[in-house]
Amino acid sequence: MTPKRRRLWLLLGSLTTLGVAAALVLTALNDNLVFFYSPTQVAEKSLGPERRFRLGGLVEEGSVQKEGQIVRFTITDTNKTLKVVYRGILPDLFREGQGVIAEGSLGPDGVFAAREILAKHDENYMPPEVAKALKESGQWKDKK
Amino acid sequence: MADLHFLANPARFRRFSQRVLPGLGFATVLMLAVGVYMAFFVAPQDYQQGNTVRIMFVHVPSAWLSMGGYAMLAVLGASLLVWRHPLAALMARAAAPVGASFAAVCLLTGSLWGRPMWGTYWVWDARLTSMLLLFFLYLGHIALSRAYDSPERGDRAAAILALIGVINLPIIKFSVDWWNTLHQPASITRLDAPAIHNSILVPLLWMAVSLLFLFVWLVLLRTETEIDRRRLENAEAAS
Repeated sequence: MTPKRRRLWLLLGSLTTLGVAAALVLTALNDNLVFFYSPTQVAEKSLGPERRFRLGGLVEEGSVQKEGQIVRFTITDTNKTLKVVYRGILPDLFREGQGVIAEGSLGPDGVFAAREILAKHDENYMPPEVAKALKESGQWKDKK
Repeated sequence: MADLHFLANPARFRRFSQRVLPGLGFATVLMLAVGVYMAFFVAPQDYQQGNTVRIMFVHVPSAWLSMGGYAMLAVLGASLLVWRHPLAALMARAAAPVGASFAAVCLLTGSLWGRPMWGTYWVWDARLTSMLLLFFLYLGHIALSRAYDSPERGDRAAAILALIGVINLPIIKFSVDWWNTLHQPASITRLDAPAIHNSILVPLLWMAVSLLFLFVWLVLLRTETEIDRRRLENAEAAS
């Protein structure tokens, strides 16, 4: 084997080992790498009031109620839902049917008390006219 | 594609780059001017994000180029370590700060975009964190290549770091699919049709090609400088 060959195999071998190691570490840490839990995951995990976490999902249509600075709404993953209460300023993209992430903890009454609300936006970009035309012709894709 | 092997020789590389550089610089300026005009005046507002969508025209190409630039550092690192390519180390020295700049631009514009849309400048989700790691890997590469008295040893150390760091590239790319994140999933590099309307997609791709031209131009120019610098250092060492 020429030295070049040897160096090439050494390089490929080390990279493969490193790749496998990285994959194993990431798989083991999977639960810590997710940014938020869905209402279904929250129900499965039975997280207590002392535990702070992020809850993500869609704002359920027709669920938003505003009383002064306090906002109440429901987050859904279309399987399970969870009621949320929040006091403060909402991001511009917050609306019904929109993906949001709330950070806070579950109250004793089972309502999620959010301390911060972030809006998610999806990967679709289009001018307003196109969005309007899609909605009118009924081709608007339902968000997951 | 033509055989690029002739570029391995620094003297021949220099003759090649001196022939290409003026035209390439001119094309870059022209394309960037058209691209910026399209981004501000031709592309429409987004139905949800309004004018802030224009940040994408810089943010997304910067992300692509910083990742492509790092992949290039890895290929150059392998050429140096395995084949002892004379030009690979010099080109890696030239490319690393350019790639780092694009990574920084990506992080900064993303942060400015996140504040009005998400409601935050920064979160530690998988996409944002792995992108920040890429920036640090670039900084490590730059620092390591200059950390030794003998430049050749610095070249080798930096090449090894480039090869280790390449594991991060698929993590950045697939972070939005493997884990749930605040960052949205890919719009263009996915299996079905792009999720961006043509009126926004065309300026985006135009800007991507313009900035690629800028990247290549800067790297060729900086490689010439690195060749000169190495010659001077060798001459000083010999005298």
